[in-house]
Amino acid sequence: MVTKEMNNDTLLHVDDLKMHFPIHRGVFQRQVGAVRAVDGVSFDVKRGETLGLVGESGCGKSTTGRTILQLYKPTGGSVTFEGTDLVNLKGEQMRQMRRKMQMIFQDPYASLNPRMTVAQLVGEPLMVHNAATGAEINERVAHLLELVNLNPAFATRYPHEFSGGQRQRIGVARALALQPSFIICDEPISALDVSIQAQVVNLLEELQEQFNLTYLFIAHDLSMVRHISDRVAVMYLGVIVELATRDELYAKPLHPYTQALLSAVPIPDPVADAKRKRTILQGDVPSPANPPSGCRFRTRCPIAEAVCAESRPEFREIRPGHFVACFFAERFL
Amino acid sequence: MPDFILDVQGLETTFRTPDGVVHAVNGVSFGLLEGETLGVVGESGCGKSVTMLSVLGLIPSPPGKVEAGKAIFSGQDLLKMSKEDIRHVRGAQIGMVFQDPMTSLNPVLTIGRQLEEPLMLHIGMTKNQARERAAELLSMVGIPNAKDRLNDYPHQYSGGMRQRVMIAMALSCSPQILIADEPTTALDVTIQAQIMDLVKRLRDELGMAIIWITHDLGVVAGLAQRVLVMYGGFIIEEAPVQELYSNPEHPYTIGLLGSLPRVDEKERTKLFSIEGQPPVLYQKPDACPFAPRCKWAMEHCWQENPPLLVVGPEHRAACWVDTRTGRHR
Ligand SMILES: Nc1ncnc2c1ncn2[C@@H]1O[C@H](COP(=O)(O)OP(=O)(O)OP(=O)(O)O)[C@@H](O)[C@H]1O
Ligand SMILES: Nc1ncnc2c1ncn2[C@@H]1O[C@H](COP(=O)(O)OP(=O)(O)O)[C@@H](O)[C@H]1O
Ligand code: SF4
Ligand code: SF4
Ligand SMILES: [Mg+2]
Ligand SMILES: [Mg+2]
Repeated sequence: MVTKEMNNDTLLHVDDLKMHFPIHRGVFQRQVGAVRAVDGVSFDVKRGETLGLVGESGCGKSTTGRTILQLYKPTGGSVTFEGTDLVNLKGEQMRQMRRKMQMIFQDPYASLNPRMTVAQLVGEPLMVHNAATGAEINERVAHLLELVNLNPAFATRYPHEFSGGQRQRIGVARALALQPSFIICDEPISALDVSIQAQVVNLLEELQEQFNLTYLFIAHDLSMVRHISDRVAVMYLGVIVELATRDELYAKPLHPYTQALLSAVPIPDPVADAKRKRTILQGDVPSPANPPSGCRFRTRCPIAEAVCAESRPEFREIRPGHFVACFFAERFL
Repeated sequence: MPDFILDVQGLETTFRTPDGVVHAVNGVSFGLLEGETLGVVGESGCGKSVTMLSVLGLIPSPPGKVEAGKAIFSGQDLLKMSKEDIRHVRGAQIGMVFQDPMTSLNPVLTIGRQLEEPLMLHIGMTKNQARERAAELLSMVGIPNAKDRLNDYPHQYSGGMRQRVMIAMALSCSPQILIADEPTTALDVTIQAQIMDLVKRLRDELGMAIIWITHDLGVVAGLAQRVLVMYGGFIIEEAPVQELYSNPEHPYTIGLLGSLPRVDEKERTKLFSIEGQPPVLYQKPDACPFAPRCKWAMEHCWQENPPLLVVGPEHRAACWVDTRTGRHR
C-alpha cells in the first residue's frame, strides 16, 4: 500500500480505490456477483506531471478515471484532491471541485452532442458554472478555440462538419473552459489516424506547459505513453502491478507482466525489431467477474509458483519511487 | 519482370454515394512474389481494403464498381472471372482474414462445422476426413483441446481465439496466398504478439505468400519483406522493408515515421506532425494528392500527379522532389 504522506507536490492521492459493478440475474434481478473493474489501486499524481496509465482492454483504466472524478460512487477506498476527500463531498462543494478536474474522452464522435454548435459545446461549462455571461462567453470561446488551433470562425458549425482530430480539439477546448488544474485524458488519440495523433499530443504538451496542467493519461499504446509521461502505472485485471518513472519502467521493468507487455510492442524499425527478445504470454486475460486467487497475473505468468495462488503480492516500494506487486521482483533488480 | 503469382495492374475502383462519386482506388499496380510477405500500410480510408476486396471480387455492387485494371493469378484475370469461379479461388487458392472475426464467422454454426465446410466443398473431403482435418487445423493454430472445442460456437471463443480460427479457416485448403486485412487491430498487444508469432511459424512451415494490411508501421516492420505505402487511393511508395524504414523517400512516409513515438525512444523529442487532413476522394486528383500537406511542394506538384518513379534498387516513390536536396528529381 502507498501510505506516503501527502505533501505540497501531491495533487491527487488515490488510496485502495475499488469499483465493483454488480451483476444481476433472473426475474428478481438478484445480485449474483460483481465485476471487479477496479480492485484496490493506490497512487499519487504530482502537481504538473503526467502520469501514464496503461494496460490492455478491459483492465479497468477508464473505470479508474471515472471513479476518481466521482462519476461512479466508489465501492471502497479514498480519493483526495488538493487535500480534500472527494468521496464524501456533496452538492455545491462537489460542484466547485469539479471545475478543477476535467476529462477528455476516447471517441471524438460520440462524446460531443451533435445538435450543439462548437460555440455552445465549448461555452456550456462556462454557463453551467456561471463562470461567464453574455458577450464574455463568446470572447472566452474564441480564445479557447485559438488555444487549440481551431479557427474561431468555426464556432457556429456542428461537430459532424469536423474531422476526428478537429473534434478532439473541440473536446480539449471544452475541457479547458473552466481553467482546470487536472485533466484525465482517456485514450484521447486512440481513435485518430497516426498522422493526426501527433498533432493532438503536441497540443496537449503545449497546453500543459502553458497552464501548468496535471494529466492522468490513459492509453493502451505504450510507445505514446512513454513519449508523454513522467511516470507510468501498469494495470492488469483491476490492479496496478507496477509504477515507476518512465525511464526506469521502460529500461528496467520488474513485473513479469510489464516485461511481457513491453516486449510485445512492435517497433517501427526492422533492424531493432529483429534484435528484440519477445516474451509471448500464453492464454487470455481472465474475467474480472471471477479473477484468479492470489496474484491476478498468475494464470499467464511465466515464473509463477505455488505461493502466487495462495496470497496476493503486496504493492510495495522496491526502490525509491518504484512500486511493484510481485513476490519475485527482486530477481530482476 | 519477376515472376509474380499475383500481378495487379491499373486497378481503379469507385463508389457511387448520394454525395458524389468516391474515387477509392485510382490506378494501383503491384506484384506479389511466391512466398513473400508484402505489407500494405496507410491511414484509414486510403484504399487498402478496397484494393484487396476488388482483387477478390468482393466489392458490393452497387454502390461499388471496379472501373479498370486486371489482376492476373495463375494465368487468369480475377477481375473477369465468373462469380462461381472466383468463389472457388477465394476458398481454395487465396485465403482471407479480416479485422473483425465476429462478422466473418457465422454465430449460429459451430466452429467445427465452419471449418469442415470448405474442406468438403473445395477439396472434396468426406465428412469424417473433414472433421479430422478441422481438429488438426485448430491445434495447428494453437487452440488447446482442439477436438472438444470444435463443438463450441464463436461466442464461446475469445477475440484472439476467433482470429486464430479465421487463420485456420483461411489456410485450410493450403492456399498459395493469404490476404490479411488488419487482423490484429482489434486485439490487445499481448494477443497481437501471439498471432504474429503464429503467422510467422505457419509461413515458415507452409510457405504461402502473404499480403498483410495494417495501419501499424511497427507490425509491418516485424513481418514483411516488402512494403507498399498508400495515400488517397494511390500507392505512393514501394520498397524492401529495411530500405523503407531507413531511407523513406516520399514526404508522407517520412512524416509518418517521424510522427511515431517509439517504445525504445531514448530522448523525449517533440513529435513531428503532419499538418492538415487526409484527402477527401470525391475527385480523381490531377495534382499530387499529398500537396496540400507537403512542405516540399513546388509548382509542378500542383500541375501533375507524380507516377511511381524509381528512386533506388527495388525502391519507387511517387514524388517529384528529392527531399534531401529539395530539388526536382
Ligand atoms: N457500467 C458498467 N457495468 C458493468 N461492467 C462494467 C461497466 N463499466 C465497465 N465495466 C467492466 O469493467 C471492466 C473494466 O472496464 P474499463 O472500461 O475500465 O476498461 P478499460 O481498461 O478502459 O478498457 P478499454 O481499453 O477497452 O476501454 C471491464 O470488464 C468492463 O466490462
Ligand atoms: N461501401 C462503400 N460505400 C461508399 N464508399 C466506400 C465504401 N467502401 C469504401 N468506401 C470508401 O473508399 C475509400 C477507401 O476505403 P478503404 O479501402 O476501406 O480504406 P482502408 O484503407 O481504411 O481500408 C474510403 O474513402 C471509403 O470511404
Ligand atoms: S506474484 Fe507470482 S504470478 Fe504474480 S507476477 Fe509475481 S511471479 Fe508472477
Ligand atoms: S510530389 Fe510534391 S507535393 Fe507531392 S509529395 Fe512530392 S514534393 Fe510533396
Ligand atoms: Mg477505456
Ligand atoms: Mg480497412
